[in-house]
Amino acid sequence: MTGAAARPPRAAAPYEVDLALRVNGITRRLRVDTRVTLLDALRDVLGMTGTKKGCDQGACGACTVLLDGRRVVSCLVLAAACEGRDVTTIEGLAHDDGTPHPVQQAFIRHDGFQCGYCTPGQIMSAVSLLAEGRGGSDAEIREFMSGNLCRCGAYPNIVAAIREVAKAGDDDAGV
Amino acid sequence: MMRAFEYVRATDTARAVEMVTADPNTSYLAGGTTQLDLMKDGVLAPERLVDITHLPLRGVTGGRGALRVGALTTMEELAADTTVVERIPFVRDALLLGASTQLRNMATIAGNLLQRTRCRYFRDPAVAACNKRERGSGCAAMTGTARMHAILGTSPHCIALHASDVAVPLVALDAILRVQGRDGARGVPLTRFYLTPGDTPDVENLLRHGELITAVEIPLPALGTRSGYLKVRDRVSYEFALTSAAAALLIEDGIIVEARVGLGGVGTVPWRAREAEEILIGAPATMEVFRQSAERALEGARTISGTAFKVELAKRTLVRILRTVSGVVA
Ligand SMILES: Cc1cc2nc3c(=O)[nH]c(=O)nc-3n(C[C@H](O)[C@H](O)[C@H](O)COP(=O)(O)OP(=O)(O)OC[C@H]3O[C@@H](n4cnc5c(N)ncnc54)[C@H](O)[C@@H]3O)c2cc1C
Ligand code: SF4
Ligand code: FES
Ligand code: FES
Repeated sequence: MTGAAARPPRAAAPYEVDLALRVNGITRRLRVDTRVTLLDALRDVLGMTGTKKGCDQGACGACTVLLDGRRVVSCLVLAAACEGRDVTTIEGLAHDDGTPHPVQQAFIRHDGFQCGYCTPGQIMSAVSLLAEGRGGSDAEIREFMSGNLCRCGAYPNIVAAIREVAKAGDDDAGV
Repeated sequence: MMRAFEYVRATDTARAVEMVTADPNTSYLAGGTTQLDLMKDGVLAPERLVDITHLPLRGVTGGRGALRVGALTTMEELAADTTVVERIPFVRDALLLGASTQLRNMATIAGNLLQRTRCRYFRDPAVAACNKRERGSGCAAMTGTARMHAILGTSPHCIALHASDVAVPLVALDAILRVQGRDGARGVPLTRFYLTPGDTPDVENLLRHGELITAVEIPLPALGTRSGYLKVRDRVSYEFALTSAAAALLIEDGIIVEARVGLGGVGTVPWRAREAEEILIGAPATMEVFRQSAERALEGARTISGTAFKVELAKRTLVRILRTVSGVVA
């Protein structure tokens, strides 16, 4: 794509849309094919590869992000449908000074991952679960984390990490 | 890769209805958890999607006798509604036992009721024989592996299951769909909305192309009614039902005065078990009566080898939830 920047912007074709997304607080403007999912827009257009693609069919939770503060699977959301909406990804969780989010720290302390592929989705889901007030017991954590699969079977440590943050009632545990 | 399509964000309900009605290749997009999934699979290939999620059709409003649920209310939102929690807890249970929190934050109530079957042959266009995808092509499930399939309301042409959980208590409660068409609005009882496959498995319900569901009305049962939903599945969470049962009972002095029963995981449509209700109403709340009602509910079951186990499992599921709801001990 040589000289793309020099060309005057063409009007979007019917199969393209111009978007303004707020990703981790920063407005990003992009033009995408209507078929592009939020997941692919994040990874392939914006280069934010923290959000992972597992099944691409809504079944594994690897692509979990927060949309307007609620957890969703970004592989079943059209980027076009996100115009003007707020997206929070794993890249946006750490504090401004770089300190990892309490849930990220707890995952490290408890060894809440092996290969790490499901981890960004697990952590986004866990942050959301805590905000939903569903960290009351191990059983509740397991039930409301069930949309995030882990092929490595790190489940016991994931539950332990979440339980610890829930118990601490950490004021910083939000987004 | 999906076929290219145009994306339109609707801001006006009448315009949205007009757009979809006018073009057979235009579809509504709500939460997208069925629609996009099937487009990725190549089962659906619309030329245009009309995103309805910005229409003012969201939220739950309560009358004295009924709840009106806007079509775009998400599963999570409906499950959190205080009237739902207090008066019809089995609706909340059915919602929260379905899918995952992520999906429930996206999925709308109307989309849920319109979800397509999980029959794996339907979802795989590489399989030629599927009467639901193409009328007259045959049915791969009849001779293939069919575990997640229906045993009630089936036909020789299709045994696909309707897999919605929340539809099960909603048929039991006689919920009504509010539907907006180009030429006016109508109400359709959910118990009549779904069509068993017969020899036209591709026709699944009474919605005409372009008609928009705007709300679901849920009549509230009498005060004192107790309800429950039991879902039996291959894993503890995040899985479709092998069998499920929804029951609402009003019991006075040990006698069942009102009973509403729905079955999931077994029907080609969300199943209202009226035969079971007939046995229950006026009878004492005992295990014997529960078992009798379950026997009657499954009388019409037709199975193939992969689904034979469901008959007894469905009966036990119903007996168990009746027992839980009534508090009968032995
Ligand atoms: C991995 C996975 C697991 C799941 N597990 C469960 C489960 O355990 N239990 C369960 O019950 N469900 C389950 N589901 C199904 C899920 O609940 C449905 O996909 C969802 O409810 C559909 O709602 P939606 O808003 O996303 O609909 P969409 O996908 O947007 O729409 C579905 C269909 O309805 C049409 N439509 C939508 N809204 C309207 C309207 N208002 N008027 C007219 N037409 C409309 C669309 O054109 C489309 O054809 C699961 C789904 C997935 C992907
Ligand atoms: S059961 Fe129905 S949906 Fe499944 S293959 Fe047969 S015809 Fe198709
Ligand atoms: S990649 Fe989205 S749920 Fe698996
Ligand atoms: S850590 Fe490997 S998939 Fe979860």
